[in-house]
Amino acid sequence: MSAPRRGRAPNAAGWRRTVPGRLLAGGAGVAVLARCTGGPSALDPHGVRAVQIAADWWGMAIAAAAIWAGVMSLLALALLPRQRGVDQWALAEDYRETPRGGLALVVAGGIVMPVIVLGVLAFVGSRALAAQVTPASPTAFEVDVTGHQFWWEVHYPSQQITTANEIHVPVGQSVQLTLHGADVIHSFWVPQLMGKMDLIPGQTNTTWLRADAPGVYRGQCAEYCGLQHAHMAFLVIADPPDQFAAWAAAQAQPASQPTDPALQDGAQVFARQGCIGCHAIRYGAGDTGGKIGPDLTHLASRGTIAAGTLDNTRGNLGGWIMNSQALKPGNLMPPMPMDGPSLQALLTYLESLK
Amino acid sequence: MATVAERPARVATDERLTYLWETRPGLLGKLGTVDHKEIGRRYIVTAFAFFLLAGLEALAMRVQLAFPENTFLSPQVYNSFFTMHGTTMVFLFATPIQSGIANYVLPLLMGSRDMAFPRLNQFSYWVYLLAGLFMHAGFLLGQVPSGGWFNYVPLTGPIYSPGPGIDFWALGLIFLAFSTTAGAINFIVSTFKLRAPGMTLSRMPLFLWNMTVMSFMVVFALPALTAANVLLELDRKFGAHFYDPAGGGSVLLWQHLFWIFGHPDVYIIFLPAIGMVSTIIPVFVRRPIIGYTGIVLATVATGVIGFGVWVHHMFATGLAPLSQAFFGIASLMITIPTAVQIFAWLATIWHGRPVWKTPFLYVLAFFVDFIIGGVSGVMFGVVPFDWQVTDTYFVVAHFHYVLIGGAVFPVFAGLHYWFPKITGRLLNDRAGWLEFALVFGGFNLTFFPMHITGLLGMPRRYYTYPPNMGWDLLNLVETIGAFILALGVLVFVLNVLYSLRQGEPAGDNPWHASTLEWQTTSPPPPYNFRSIPTVHSRDPGWELQRADETTRYGSETFSTARETIGTSLHDAEPEELWAMPQDSGWPLLLALALAATFVGALSDWWWLVVLGLPGGLVAVVGWLWPTRMKVIAL
Repeated sequence: MSAPRRGRAPNAAGWRRTVPGRLLAGGAGVAVLARCTGGPSALDPHGVRAVQIAADWWGMAIAAAAIWAGVMSLLALALLPRQRGVDQWALAEDYRETPRGGLALVVAGGIVMPVIVLGVLAFVGSRALAAQVTPASPTAFEVDVTGHQFWWEVHYPSQQITTANEIHVPVGQSVQLTLHGADVIHSFWVPQLMGKMDLIPGQTNTTWLRADAPGVYRGQCAEYCGLQHAHMAFLVIADPPDQFAAWAAAQAQPASQPTDPALQDGAQVFARQGCIGCHAIRYGAGDTGGKIGPDLTHLASRGTIAAGTLDNTRGNLGGWIMNSQALKPGNLMPPMPMDGPSLQALLTYLESLK
Repeated sequence: MATVAERPARVATDERLTYLWETRPGLLGKLGTVDHKEIGRRYIVTAFAFFLLAGLEALAMRVQLAFPENTFLSPQVYNSFFTMHGTTMVFLFATPIQSGIANYVLPLLMGSRDMAFPRLNQFSYWVYLLAGLFMHAGFLLGQVPSGGWFNYVPLTGPIYSPGPGIDFWALGLIFLAFSTTAGAINFIVSTFKLRAPGMTLSRMPLFLWNMTVMSFMVVFALPALTAANVLLELDRKFGAHFYDPAGGGSVLLWQHLFWIFGHPDVYIIFLPAIGMVSTIIPVFVRRPIIGYTGIVLATVATGVIGFGVWVHHMFATGLAPLSQAFFGIASLMITIPTAVQIFAWLATIWHGRPVWKTPFLYVLAFFVDFIIGGVSGVMFGVVPFDWQVTDTYFVVAHFHYVLIGGAVFPVFAGLHYWFPKITGRLLNDRAGWLEFALVFGGFNLTFFPMHITGLLGMPRRYYTYPPNMGWDLLNLVETIGAFILALGVLVFVLNVLYSLRQGEPAGDNPWHASTLEWQTTSPPPPYNFRSIPTVHSRDPGWELQRADETTRYGSETFSTARETIGTSLHDAEPEELWAMPQDSGWPLLLALALAATFVGALSDWWWLVVLGLPGGLVAVVGWLWPTRMKVIAL
């Protein structure tokens, strides 16, 4: 699970068969997806909430295994042959009587045992619930997440940050999450940090998370949301507070107007091809742009594109722009075929959006 | 029976009864039959066909998931398959196959000549068949529902699922509810009014108890699903906004309505199955059940508490913590009645002596796997744990342990157990052991690893997954297990086909069982019993060994018209003769008229709806029109 990963993005094999894929397939990429701290295992927790649940799980698993083994042992004992040489269809000799031992077993195993076990479980459950609904430490700030088919819109209201499919948090600080559903129901889940909370159209859910070790944690949509439910991942990146602060400061900056002619070409392609209708690149306050797709103001600072599906490499980005439907069929972005020079200019421009 | 058959008076009685009760030959006779045995057989065969179909869908999904980033199925097809797999297994297999077995067995088990409403029974079957075909008709048009078996809005609303796919699903379920509701009412009234004289409530076979409680649950739970679907169709067809937050509607309304039905439905599937377990264990350990009263009380308690736990399907929707704590603890409580039954069965086995035949093997598999499903199930009562594993493969593992371990294994036990009653021939027991080994081994190999993939973070309903998440090997193992399981089912099918013709003749009571269905011939005559038996205990067949012949050959035959005896609810004292209806084609016509109405609603052919509804009314009048009874003057 934690073995070194190949730098191959999930759909790479599929899209390399496409024409833009062949044209643009470059090096192995930076393999940002591979930076994840292990697989997204709930049993490899790195945040206070997931740690508590994992501990409860192990306790329950041991108790469950013991109960199962106990009942199975009783069953095995009950099946041991006790009489031999009897006609197999002969009725038990005492079949008219109800053995007291039998009734005692029903009361002991069917009532006393479960009442005790469930009593303990109710206590464990209530304690865990109480611990999970209140942040372990006062929340440092709020992150506002909106689920779309099939990507995550992320805002930091107090820091004036807008990004997508990536949530940066400072290690050791509780962060409040405010969750909305833009179209259908999605569910926010980072197994190594916390359990699920749905993003539901027409209601706002709030919860919190805290990462207690630096790392990149894979999050995934956990409520079936349509054709590309399987490709709606995101990353939670927990950095030491100073690194987080640096990231936040950079993200809060608007994009700078391109002065280099090559970049200006790319910006023109961005406008001319209609990208701007859905995607915003903000050059200043009040400049909003399209809000249908992810905000691209700091696209190049992100590790992945297509909601955690592909590493953010030039090749992947080009393939995505030319025909995203080949990579993630059913996503809402139409194919944007364009000539080679325009595409190269656009990519160069997009790669400058640090 | 040989000595009996030689007596001329009884031969004459048999002939008279056959004349009165038999189905006329030919297609029209078959279409119009109201014989519960014929209808029960049809239910079983149809439900099994849906089981195979949904099983094939599952195999295709397992092939797709065998390797990461596999491209065997497109996302559209995969999503349709998991939708139809779940929908078919729950609605068109699990409940109908148990209704089919119950339909065949129940009147025999209670010593009656038929169900309380034989024509309604026929109607239930036709509606079930037509609704099942209706729900699958989308395959012909490439418009297969793909909203999941739980069909959450807004994904399934008019904006995000345009086209008729979801309408096949929603209208199909409204249509199917006619069948399920009619069937449930039929079971309730039959149990309450047609038990053989002397079969007091405290002597009722446990299978009968379970079917009754299950039927009451259907009557109370199903309207919530129907209401949910009616509102959905109003949204989809007429632009209403019940589930549209932009129009003041509520997204969670669907979930509440769906799960108010959906959780009781788990018990609707489970209760008949464990009724079979309670029936089969005593026979194969050769002693009456221990803790009869406890089991009955537990069953009724399950039926009640089952309505108070639905919110545990919605813990991640952001409900108030107090409400989550309440439903978490309620979900824990429902374990107690099940534990009572488990230990009652254990005690019975403990004090009995096992006979190692295939039905008993499946009962043991039920113990092994259902308890795994049970102990993983109570964990969901710990709400934060639910948040972590809900909508992952851990849940998939859990409910397959509950539904296959808890219901399909008992159903297979029941099919092996009642096959000789239905056909007069035994299934081959050696093939049965082989089948069992493959099914049991394959099942555990498929579903146990899913607990682990779920904990490793693999969500449900993903048509593909990236490599190197720690899921690859386990998924491959699961796929191999699924094929072993399928092979076991294939062995069963071949065994059935072989044994239908070549199987060892069973005799009337091959298992030396105590219940009434075994106290007549195998297969039973059209009239079930020459004379309605009289019951003196919970185990009439075993009392027979005291040479009490009235159980088998009661004093009254009622052989001059289609009649059976109605008894009082509590003590089963004879009250009146029930005149039973003649065969009729009207229930089929009513079912067809309803089908036309639903096809019309689906296709926006409102003229067809306008024709279908009065057509149905005509069929109802025809159905109720007095018919000449076959009568024999003595």
